[in-house]
Amino acid sequence: MRIALFVTCLADTLFPQAAVATVRLLERLGHEVVFPEGQTCCGQMHVNTGYQAEALPLVRRHVRTFEPYDVVVAPSGSCVGSVRHQHAMVARRAGDERLAGRAEAVGRRTYELSEFLVDVLGVTDVGAYYPHRVTYHPTCHSLRMLRVGDRPLRLLRQVRGLDLVELPQGEQCCGFGGTFAVKNADTSTAMLADKLRHVLSTGADVCTAGDASCLMHIGGGLSRLRTGVRTVHLAEILAATESSGPAGPAERTAVTA
Amino acid sequence: MSRTFLGMPATAPRGVGHLRGDEPFPAAARRGLADPQLRRNLGHATTTIRAKSGAVIRELPDWEQLRAAGSAIKADVLARLPELLEQLEAAVTAAGGTVHWAADAVAANRIVTDLVAATGSDRVIKVKSMATQEIGLNEALEAAGITAVETDLAELIVQLGEDRPSHILVPAIHRNRAEIREIFLRAMPGVDPGLTDDPAALAAAARRYLRQTFLTTPVAVSGANFAVAETGTLAVVESEGNGRMCVTLPETLITVMGVEKVVPTWRDLEVFLQLLPRASTGERMNPYTSMWTGVTPGDGPQAFHLVLLDNGRSAVLADEVGRQALHCIRCSACLNVCPVYERAGGHAYGSVYPGPIGAVLSPQLTGVADNASLPYASTLCGACYDACPVKINIPELLVHLRDRAPHPRAEAAAMAAAAYVMDRPALYAAAQRGARLSRLAGRRGRGLPPPLSGWTIGRDLPQPPPRTFREWWARR
Amino acid sequence: MVGTPVNGRDEVLARLRAARGAAPAAPAEVPRAYRPAGAAADVDLLVRRLTDYRATVHRCDADAAAQPADAVARVVDAVLGGRRVVVPPGLPAGWLPGTVDAVTDDGLTAGQIAAVDGVVTAAAVAVAETGTVVLDGAPDQGRRIITLLPDVHVCVLRTDQVVAGVPDAVARLDPRRPLTWISGPSATSDIELDRVEGVHGPRNLHVVLLPPAPRG
Repeated sequence: MRIALFVTCLADTLFPQAAVATVRLLERLGHEVVFPEGQTCCGQMHVNTGYQAEALPLVRRHVRTFEPYDVVVAPSGSCVGSVRHQHAMVARRAGDERLAGRAEAVGRRTYELSEFLVDVLGVTDVGAYYPHRVTYHPTCHSLRMLRVGDRPLRLLRQVRGLDLVELPQGEQCCGFGGTFAVKNADTSTAMLADKLRHVLSTGADVCTAGDASCLMHIGGGLSRLRTGVRTVHLAEILAATESSGPAGPAERTAVTA
Repeated sequence: MSRTFLGMPATAPRGVGHLRGDEPFPAAARRGLADPQLRRNLGHATTTIRAKSGAVIRELPDWEQLRAAGSAIKADVLARLPELLEQLEAAVTAAGGTVHWAADAVAANRIVTDLVAATGSDRVIKVKSMATQEIGLNEALEAAGITAVETDLAELIVQLGEDRPSHILVPAIHRNRAEIREIFLRAMPGVDPGLTDDPAALAAAARRYLRQTFLTTPVAVSGANFAVAETGTLAVVESEGNGRMCVTLPETLITVMGVEKVVPTWRDLEVFLQLLPRASTGERMNPYTSMWTGVTPGDGPQAFHLVLLDNGRSAVLADEVGRQALHCIRCSACLNVCPVYERAGGHAYGSVYPGPIGAVLSPQLTGVADNASLPYASTLCGACYDACPVKINIPELLVHLRDRAPHPRAEAAAMAAAAYVMDRPALYAAAQRGARLSRLAGRRGRGLPPPLSGWTIGRDLPQPPPRTFREWWARR
Repeated sequence: MVGTPVNGRDEVLARLRAARGAAPAAPAEVPRAYRPAGAAADVDLLVRRLTDYRATVHRCDADAAAQPADAVARVVDAVLGGRRVVVPPGLPAGWLPGTVDAVTDDGLTAGQIAAVDGVVTAAAVAVAETGTVVLDGAPDQGRRIITLLPDVHVCVLRTDQVVAGVPDAVARLDPRRPLTWISGPSATSDIELDRVEGVHGPRNLHVVLLPPAPRG
């Protein structure tokens, strides 16, 4: 299958290893991955901060960029949620019904990684090897906007060597919320503190999720507290094999200040 | 008297009622966050209610179908609101009641004050009502020399503690049993000095304290959970029996009701009486629901007044996206699942409507400029939408209102610049490289300038990668 | 349009018409895919639900078929024997034992009613799924005040008054009558969102379950 990678601006800029892992994983499963160069950002930050007019050209760009492809995959529940649930709304608000229809069509062909693997490719065992104790944080948008349910867990359970431990109160938001983390930094930090407490209570070495944004938030907290617990994108775990070595985690811990 | 255009949708007036806070949400939230007792109380209470509500909702095989019906009924109500209100008025009048129309809080307070004054009573008993809190009725009555006695236990705790409500269903949720005992010992006349903090003992103290007041006060003020247009039937859903006292014992009953509370048919109650208790208190059915139609000769109040309140609702209705906030049946399920509410507490929202529903309702009732921080008081995690028994898409409304909110100038400039760059891939790639270089040059870790410094109060920044993805892709 | 104040009614209706926009819609077809009225009532479920919310249930199925009034009187004696009781004017004959000091409500004052210990009434309908008893002010149930002020309420139901769910009850009830839906004794969740029984209404609810009324 020919798959267009929707890398997301955050993974592109700050977490390329999650995107690289997505490419390697899909190629390992025998598919062709292409990277449409015209893509930049889906505009979610603009929409969610109250700038739909500014988001309009980004929506138009996204639709134009991905329209030629039958299947679009992104390593992010949040960005896929925006494409599927917000792009048409932004277009309609601007009075562009035609763009809205095109955006809906692109949205129908756009998948979050775990959805794509389980629902479209029909695999849960992707041949991964990851000998670590891991806990999974279901990000809000993958959980409640996309309803990915237990798909990521089904994938993780098939990873050889992986010791999966349940995250208490996992379904509570980590407190990121895009610009919420800046506009309401204190409340966001309070939510993060509880998330960190639960992550640490599992004794896991690694906290994983399907969104680089939430992982950046949780990882930033884990790093600040010098917990030693790392955050690793789901794609990186699924891409890891016995021959690839412990790629990823070490090179992406947060900075020490 | 300054007037807006007559007959045009209008927001709730300033200077009256409790829809506007004194400070923006982030500042007000800081106080709640810094109060460990409050956070323990809220954490305990919301965890308890989430478990109870979840259990009784799971008992119903048709919860989703009930939600769909409830949502559809409310949408139908909004599409036919003027006609349904006229029908309600006719039915109530035919059953011996009197209907009054209040365009805003000022008008409603005047109507109620005049009605109470006409009875000659200087005291009213009140059953918990969001509408009368919204309009500041107690203050208006007090200014006219009339004492309003709150009879709901939580409202009584708030009133005796000279406090503000912080939750729709349980206004004293921020207080635990020990604090409630202290308030009663300090402020409840005639209280037993040996009072313990056992909830049953606290409830019994309220029973003793209010019993004589119930028996001797000739006027009551209530809200309404539902009003049936077809029959003129009003419903008050409650637990303690104080509602029954208020709608049964006095000679005069005055009910203040937001116009959106009307439902078309008697049968519609079969939906809401299943949705509300399970979503609200987590009970299969609340202990008491009273329903009355006008006046029943020989039974209950012989004078009944219904005050229909706009106070900004017409402005909400005028927004085709925003109007779904008027579906709200005040169950407070969204508060109980909200991670922001749980930590910041209800006072942070400024308005009598806290939590997620408050964040979308208050700014619409007042105009978004008067509550501009509230639409941002959410991570858009979506837990509220899942919990809402009438399927109000609160995250969608928050995003909608953020678009209409006034934006800080610096932020607007930055957003416009970001959009400009992101619409130009070459510029975008250059900006990615530039960001990395500036970070490598020293602005790492904690040292972001305001407003981005909020990020680094509790989190480190990620290490910039050696290459962006598109650089990696170009070289492979 | 600017100018003299108009009355509140015209103002509110005009605002709402302007806000709603367009012409009034026809009543919408509401999707009612939830369980409709008509399922068989499960009396055992009613008993479990009532008990769960701290009501006391007295089942008199077997031995009471012949003399239901005697069965009621035995319960009232056990619960309220030796105490003062108010009853509605239409209470069926024989429900009261000689051991209670009964007064019939013929327009008693609130103070008089508040001074008695208990009340005995019939009921209009009961909902099994929610453990709810509904009173509708019929002569065997009386004015709302008599079931409100006394601390003990003995409420007598026939099993043929038990319906499965809320839709069945709504269909059976007449909204023009004053209705009181009662699910257990008075309670509150206002302290730490935990349920505590016993605030302003009767703190003790006893439900007596009788066999169906004889036909004919």
